[in-house]
Amino acid sequence: MAESNVMHAIAALVPQGSRVLDLGCGDGAMLAHLQSVRGCTGYGVEIDDTKVQACLKRGVNVLQLNLEDGLTMFGDGSFDVVLQIDTLQHLRNAETMLRETARVGRSAIVAFPNFAHWPNRLAVMQGRMPVTKRLPYQWYDTPNIRVGTHADFEVLARSCGLAIEDSFGLQEGEVVRRWPNLLASTAVFRIRNG
Amino acid sequence: MIVTPQTFQFDQPLPLQSGAVLPAYELKVETYGQLNADRSNAVLICHALNASHHVAGMHAGPDGQPLPKSEGWWHNMIGPGKPVDTNRFFVIGVNNLGSCFGSTGPTHTNPATGQPWGTDFPVVTVEDWVNAQARLLDAMGIDQLAAVMGGSLGGMQTLSWTLQYPERVRHAVVVASAPNLTAENIAFNEVARRAIVTDPDFHGGHYLRESTLPRRGLRIARMIGHITYLSDDVMNEKFGRKLAAARGSLTHKGADPVLGDSPLDRSAPFDVYRYSTQDVEFQIESYLRYQGDKFSEYFDANTYLLITRALDYFDPAREFDGNLSAALARAKAKFLLVSFTTDWRFSPARSREMVKALLDNGRDVSYAEIDAPHGHDAFLLDDARYHAAVRSYFQQTVAAELGGH
Repeated sequence: MAESNVMHAIAALVPQGSRVLDLGCGDGAMLAHLQSVRGCTGYGVEIDDTKVQACLKRGVNVLQLNLEDGLTMFGDGSFDVVLQIDTLQHLRNAETMLRETARVGRSAIVAFPNFAHWPNRLAVMQGRMPVTKRLPYQWYDTPNIRVGTHADFEVLARSCGLAIEDSFGLQEGEVVRRWPNLLASTAVFRIRNG
Repeated sequence: MIVTPQTFQFDQPLPLQSGAVLPAYELKVETYGQLNADRSNAVLICHALNASHHVAGMHAGPDGQPLPKSEGWWHNMIGPGKPVDTNRFFVIGVNNLGSCFGSTGPTHTNPATGQPWGTDFPVVTVEDWVNAQARLLDAMGIDQLAAVMGGSLGGMQTLSWTLQYPERVRHAVVVASAPNLTAENIAFNEVARRAIVTDPDFHGGHYLRESTLPRRGLRIARMIGHITYLSDDVMNEKFGRKLAAARGSLTHKGADPVLGDSPLDRSAPFDVYRYSTQDVEFQIESYLRYQGDKFSEYFDANTYLLITRALDYFDPAREFDGNLSAALARAKAKFLLVSFTTDWRFSPARSREMVKALLDNGRDVSYAEIDAPHGHDAFLLDDARYHAAVRSYFQQTVAAELGGH
């Protein structure tokens, strides 16, 4: 999620001075932003060599770990906020990771591409998998191992016993609170252990 | 970059962890770069088993020209424009006590007897080394290090620095290391030590008095050590099952299958087994024998015993019932840890233990797990990702806190 207005919209959910764990932190831009603008501290977790290097170049704490191995490295409630921004669609064990995220953080923010956004629905109605700005990959050549919808995640979070504190959509960097499952390309949830 | 080693003399006795006291001692030291005005840019490099104070640069011959192959053991990492940039940092390499490269050790004279210390040299630990290094910094007028850095056993010293002198270390770079040795690791050390001690030329550790050296033991110690520093993959790639070109000794039946210019050699082609149990048959054997021979010519057997023991003893969690998080609570430094995926002697899992203990204490830490094929040796080799990680850390994080530039 490269667009900086999306990053800012999500960063705005993180309280000032929070201790943050950013799962799948990419190039560390979010962490660097949270540190400089919101006085946060914390760590990013990333598996990709190039991205780890980008984080080190920004001077943010980065841990090169495979999220598929779980979060055993992190203690219960050891972070104020755990971020899982555009990570969910890459993880095989998304449900376990969601529970672990809620264990490690007093709260968590999860964002992912919403497959039920209307242009995607339209493409599928026409019999084709969508290729959009938010989901720019061909079905046969994509790093995403799954797609899901805003509504799907609500069900999963509840079945994991997690409380949804807030949820909304993001479209072109704008918050969408009306019919986010239809009108937003990104789903955002703030959750905590119920 | 030409460097000349310096010797620092210490007359104040050094109390050791064992209870023994080293009455007086000297440390061999090399430095690279310039100490800045506020003395804030010093980086201490801690060496591992068979290395020394000669970390970077080259030594000069009598003609003042650099001696060929005299590069320091971490010359690819440290120097002008290197990941640890000596244009910016004042880097210190120090040879540890008990070593055989110039600092006081078993080959030096025991003032009490006038004879070489030999096996009477007191057992030194990682903690003792760090205490001696701290005194060196006192002598150099350096209160606080910008960073301590080391690989393997050097990484243990680095970790220990952050626990023994938390106020004196701003950053710790721990490469291919562990918070203690596993049973398997101690086992390898024990095989090496038994090889040395059971060599008939060992003479209870006083071989110098007998004007001899336990070379056979040292060779075997080095051979087993060397195996554990490589990975199965890299050994297979390098040697596989290839047969040695110069198999057997040259005197063996007078044949030399290396030179293919004689028609007689066709009777001993390269790809045929010789059905000998003791001659070199495979390339890996020849390589290990060569490494063992080379090592036994320059390394001291008592030093090998001492340093492997220091590895065995290191265990900062021991006084905390094995709780590493409790042990590392004292540390104040920011950390970079690096491990290598094929390193089975100091595996990534051991580095992750340290990362976890640091996380439990809320310390600043970054961790790079480099997917490199070279096993434990990777920490000394060129790897773009590894070197970039260290470079970025020094540029962005260590240098950012330097005063007065």
